Amino acid sequence: MSEAAPLMVRFTVNGRSVEVDAAGDVPLLAVLRGDLGLTGSRFGCGLEQCGACMVLVDGAPAYACSRPAWSVADRSVATIEDVGRDPVLAALKQAFLDEQAGQCGYCLSGIVMSARALLAREPSPDRAAVVAALDRHLCRCGVHNRIVRAVQRAAAHLAAEGAAA
Amino acid sequence: MIANQLPRSLADNPRLDAWIGFDAPGQVRIATGKVELGQGVLTTIAQIAAEELDVALRRLRLVSGDTGEGPNEGYTAGSYSVENSGGALRIVCAEVRALFLERAATLLDCAAQELDVEDGAFRRDGRPTGFDYWRLAGDIDLSREATGGAAPKPVAAYRLVGHSQPRTDLPDKIGGGAFIHDMRMPDLLHARVLRQAWRGAELGALDERALHRAARRPIEILREGSFLALLGADEASVEAAAAVAREKAAWSGGERPPDEAAEAGWLMAQPAAERVIAEGEPAEAGERIEATYSRGFIAHASIGPSCALAHWDGTRLDVWTHSQGVYPLRQSLARALGLDPVAVAVRHRQAAGCYGHNGADDAAFDAALLAMRRPGRTVRVQWTRADELTAAPFGAPMAVRLGAALGPQGRPAGWSLDIWSAPHGQRPGMHGAVNLIGAEALSGAPSRVPPGDVPDANGFGSARNAFAPYDLRAQRIVTHFLAGHPVRTSSLRGLGAFANVFAIESFIDELAEAAGQDPVAYRLSLLPDPRARATIEAVAAMAGWSPDAPAGEGTAKGIGFSRYKNKAAYMAAIAEVELDEEVRVARLWCAVDAGLVVNPDGAANQVEGGIVQATSWTLKESVRFREGRAGCTQWDTYPILRFSEVPAVEIRFMDMASEPPLGLGEVAQGPTAAAIGNAVARALGARIRDLPLSRERIIAALM
Ligand code: FES
Ligand code: FES
Repeated sequence: MSEAAPLMVRFTVNGRSVEVDAAGDVPLLAVLRGDLGLTGSRFGCGLEQCGACMVLVDGAPAYACSRPAWSVADRSVATIEDVGRDPVLAALKQAFLDEQAGQCGYCLSGIVMSARALLAREPSPDRAAVVAALDRHLCRCGVHNRIVRAVQRAAAHLAAEGAAA
Repeated sequence: MIANQLPRSLADNPRLDAWIGFDAPGQVRIATGKVELGQGVLTTIAQIAAEELDVALRRLRLVSGDTGEGPNEGYTAGSYSVENSGGALRIVCAEVRALFLERAATLLDCAAQELDVEDGAFRRDGRPTGFDYWRLAGDIDLSREATGGAAPKPVAAYRLVGHSQPRTDLPDKIGGGAFIHDMRMPDLLHARVLRQAWRGAELGALDERALHRAARRPIEILREGSFLALLGADEASVEAAAAVAREKAAWSGGERPPDEAAEAGWLMAQPAAERVIAEGEPAEAGERIEATYSRGFIAHASIGPSCALAHWDGTRLDVWTHSQGVYPLRQSLARALGLDPVAVAVRHRQAAGCYGHNGADDAAFDAALLAMRRPGRTVRVQWTRADELTAAPFGAPMAVRLGAALGPQGRPAGWSLDIWSAPHGQRPGMHGAVNLIGAEALSGAPSRVPPGDVPDANGFGSARNAFAPYDLRAQRIVTHFLAGHPVRTSSLRGLGAFANVFAIESFIDELAEAAGQDPVAYRLSLLPDPRARATIEAVAAMAGWSPDAPAGEGTAKGIGFSRYKNKAAYMAAIAEVELDEEVRVARLWCAVDAGLVVNPDGAANQVEGGIVQATSWTLKESVRFREGRAGCTQWDTYPILRFSEVPAVEIRFMDMASEPPLGLGEVAQGPTAAAIGNAVARALGARIRDLPLSRERIIAALM
């Protein structure tokens, strides 16, 4: 059979400009994990129902699993691997470790990305705000309460540092 | 610690060098047959080893779950890891430390008792001697059998054990690369496998051109019997073709399960092997109280669908898997593929949380078979969400019927318990069967061997926690084992304990009510074991339990208690529920007696995770079958507990550091369900005996 023609699109990932073949509605998650080797975003369902694949597109949480890669052309995508550049992500990761907010950890990358978007919007969220922001994420290990505490801990730390975005 | 009684893992793998080595300067290799499933076991085991050796934790390099290296400890299951692997390493490390100290003492011409160890360096009177483990490693031959002769440290001397340690593996898991799903190999061939609609289902003719058309890049179609796989270098193309195959596949024959395959009435009407586990005493005269409780199929529902990789070079098969038991899997793979087990290397790689026998082993078979059909390529099989929810084995449905009469002072008499259960153990190799679904789909697959129940020595399967911990004079316990249940069921966290504890603890509440007694006081009056009583008293104090709390007012507390497997950790739980048409568990308190807790924070994390998961099972989860197929293909149709539904949890560990550690990974499942069930019965003023306590059942009970 003949191969379909490529559809090259350019976008930014974690501050780096990339160009990938996005033909055939290939999902953003496949491009991130496969072509770009960014395996921090995870495949959980491919159905926008678990949040394991959550990334930020222009700062807003977005499911990478079913969203076609072409839809992020000329946009800016952030993944958990941005932790080295983004002090808020770094603070979140540290807070998750301080609270030991994880068991298998498979759900965590996506959750941290949603929490990142929350803190941009609301630097000191109360418990209800954190729960609302994370409610579309699933965690089968049952780490929810620690995760909520970790997000609030990161917020408190950032507030103390005066560095919250 | 009794020095001359070796834990099972050590008796099976007696050589010291199977467990430990000083291969690289400044490092200690610690091997364990237990694997990280998200439960933090590697951190706990490292603590135990580092404690006995007196080295810093960071010096340990853990080797885990590799058939080429390290001990064979069967499966990582049943909350045995700390007891068995931890118990073995405690003895091994104490012995190795003693051997090295003796050698150092000889070289220094002093008595071993004059020496101590500080981060691997041997000191005399607190001063360095110039010797350490690594310098003396060449002098000591560890290829000898453990004797169990060296006394491990007394608890009072512990510096690491009993103190919370952060998980060593967690930092990498917030980021990329930590999971089997992230492994990248050159020349990778991606694969998807079509799952049979039900056991024994035969695949009809499939329009292969339609599959090729759906793929954007070239794919291969491999079919053997009813085993159909799509392979290709481009994962998206393989998935696109697989989606069409799933939609177009037509199935016939086989064992189509009926829609009611999980219902108590159906289970109790099936042919079953009856076994009297305990004779009991003749039924008491007087009014007999009877009640039947049930649970349905529960899916493992791991957040990451199963994945495996394999490579065949013509003589040797390499498999990477997230199986709970690399050695048993190797045996089954070799048998199913006609290979000598020594030609197969199986290595554990981490994946999303595993709570029992899920799809990991089956995915490994898929990859292994396909690798042998495509020599020289590494084949990567990725299951879909629907595969994970419907093709992995389910937790077994059960019905539990209890009966007793009330004797003097309202004490139960003539206690009987009958269990109807589908199998709780169909892991690879169990009961002499291969037990891999891919192998069952091949043409000419051998007919299925009827499974047995999990052996009593492994803590029972359907009868796990069937013995009520109460002073009942004699209990009659009978299992009715449904070996022929058409749905593939196997081990899920707690096995039979989830339903048995729910049933027994619900029934105790029902008896307390009939006797006009407070459920907490009633339990305390019937419990002979002081540790059991202490956990119940502790949780009652934590929750502010009051005997005169009103019933039938939409909010209430309920209690549940068990000692897991009747020999592992104790847990007493109190749930507070709020109820309209749905149940909300607002708070859950629990007291746990797990003896010496090696890593308190890790243990609390495990117990809380168990509570949250059991809350989800209790309120929401059951798989429905329609036209032979499991209806839970997505999270939409198999909802689990969400952030907004998770109770506030308070956990207290009893101070029991002088007692041996007791397994606690599965302790929460039964008591949580029972506490919620009892709270709901009080809040509702009516009892629901079938799990889950779903919206429909609450509404029905309200009418
Ligand atoms: S993988 Fe994207 S939401 Fe589940
Ligand atoms: S930590 Fe395992 S799914 Fe969340």
